Amino acid sequence: MASIQLPRRVPSKKQMSWIKSAIFLLCLVPLVRLVWLGVNDGLGANPVEFVERSTGFWALVILLATLSLTPVRLLWGISWQLQLRRMVGLMMFFYASLHITTYLWLDYGFDWSDIVKDIIKHPYVLVGAAAYLLTVPLAVTSNQYMMQVLRQHWKQLHLSVYLIATLGIVHFWWLVKKDIREPLFYAVVLALLLGVRLYYKLRQMKVKVDKARKMKLSALI
Amino acid sequence: MIILQKADVSPSEITPKEVFEDRRRFIKQAGLGLLATSALAHSNFLLAANATHQTTPVGHPSKLVPTLPNFTKTAYGKDEKLTSYEDITTYNNFYEFGTSKNEPAVNSKLFKPYPWMVSIEGEVKKNKVIGIDEILKLSPLEERIYRMRCVEGWSMVIPWLGFPLAQLIKWAEPNANAKYVEFTSLADSQQMPGVNLPILDWPYVEGLRMDEAMNPLTLMAVGLYGEKLPNQNGAPMRLVVPWKYGFKGAKSIVKIRFTEKMPITTWMKAGPREYGFYANVNPQVEHPRWTQSSEKRIGAGLFAGRIKTQMFNGYAEQVGQMYAGLDLRKNF
Repeated sequence: MASIQLPRRVPSKKQMSWIKSAIFLLCLVPLVRLVWLGVNDGLGANPVEFVERSTGFWALVILLATLSLTPVRLLWGISWQLQLRRMVGLMMFFYASLHITTYLWLDYGFDWSDIVKDIIKHPYVLVGAAAYLLTVPLAVTSNQYMMQVLRQHWKQLHLSVYLIATLGIVHFWWLVKKDIREPLFYAVVLALLLGVRLYYKLRQMKVKVDKARKMKLSALI
Repeated sequence: MIILQKADVSPSEITPKEVFEDRRRFIKQAGLGLLATSALAHSNFLLAANATHQTTPVGHPSKLVPTLPNFTKTAYGKDEKLTSYEDITTYNNFYEFGTSKNEPAVNSKLFKPYPWMVSIEGEVKKNKVIGIDEILKLSPLEERIYRMRCVEGWSMVIPWLGFPLAQLIKWAEPNANAKYVEFTSLADSQQMPGVNLPILDWPYVEGLRMDEAMNPLTLMAVGLYGEKLPNQNGAPMRLVVPWKYGFKGAKSIVKIRFTEKMPITTWMKAGPREYGFYANVNPQVEHPRWTQSSEKRIGAGLFAGRIKTQMFNGYAEQVGQMYAGLDLRKNF
């Protein structure tokens, strides 16, 4: 895997700000498309469902994109892309928020008794709601200030992103009636992304154990 | 009460478009066939080019596609606002042609619903195979505007063209053992790409209790909006049971079987916890996935919100008595 050679040049500060702007704009394309389709009567027979599906889809895809930044470092030793993590993560939160807003407003017209019933009675909705609630603290603590306040707890808190991704895919899986090919695909992607992390984690642990054993041996001699 | 009126437009006045389309398909096939031959003998190419310009194809296309007889308009749903033809024909659940709502319209383009044979089987006197053209002669056609409520929480209002299923059953003469009617859809992997995926246990099977099948509301639809049924809506003949969730309406029916035992339907097999035999629209009986107390009306727009779902989809007066004494929570 690591044999693939990628350019190792680290972008300059100026280049980095260009890259960030470009990715920011790229992330807005799905929203612009939705607005354009909405204005031009292009959302199809069931526009609410269309917007719900689209915003949910992009939240999931962008979430998987954020989770792929670290495996890139592990596999190829490139780390400048980690600077994009916060922005891309917040974009995920943005689309997840649009998704929830569509559900609460366009789908259920803020009819809270119906909404509560829907969440309690339908497992896929419950799982989706849980996933969204878990993203809120991550978004709130995504700034430098909160990082300093929370210190080592920050990292622990942000580990919940794995749980969020899993819940997001379960939400999708339980929503589909019978054809599970699409959620299965995302589940495989998530498994691969987590698999890379796990592999490196285990290797790191093994290195530590080996080192300790060597030290012990040399002490004996 | 049903008010019978003569239709303003007879379907025979609409058919030229379809005849035209069929002729085009015929010419295309003839052309393709010749082109294939031309691959073997290059000189034939000129012939093929000539064939596509022929105006009188061999075999009259109007004989391949039966034209629908005249129909009468009825009072069913006359005050309802119709869902657009576009929405009815582009937002479909017809897994034989793909599981996305927009796939059936695309993947059914080359589907050939004519000629079509239906096998009548089981506890019935007329145990035989009958052609769609003969079926169309059994009963006069009516236009009926029905609400259609999908189990997924959306609904449409559709002007069906068809005849009461009861007419077909009376003609078939089921015997005293016939307690249920089972409907089987076509599962042709050549024409229906979805059948190649093990998503459902093909072919698609649906069923009704005999009294439900004989209920005057139960319709065998052969058209909508005054035209032949589009392929994606279940051409050439599909079941419409307006007080039940949409999936009860088996499409492209090739077999009607009269049985003594309750048929096991495709969705009962796929998810016994979610889909029962009856599948009556019922806002009080929850579904593990979708809200059933309210629905989204297709075509109402982004900001229309939801409307309350009615018991038996608003047809309680006509069908409620059939379920007296039946626990609808258990028999969902």
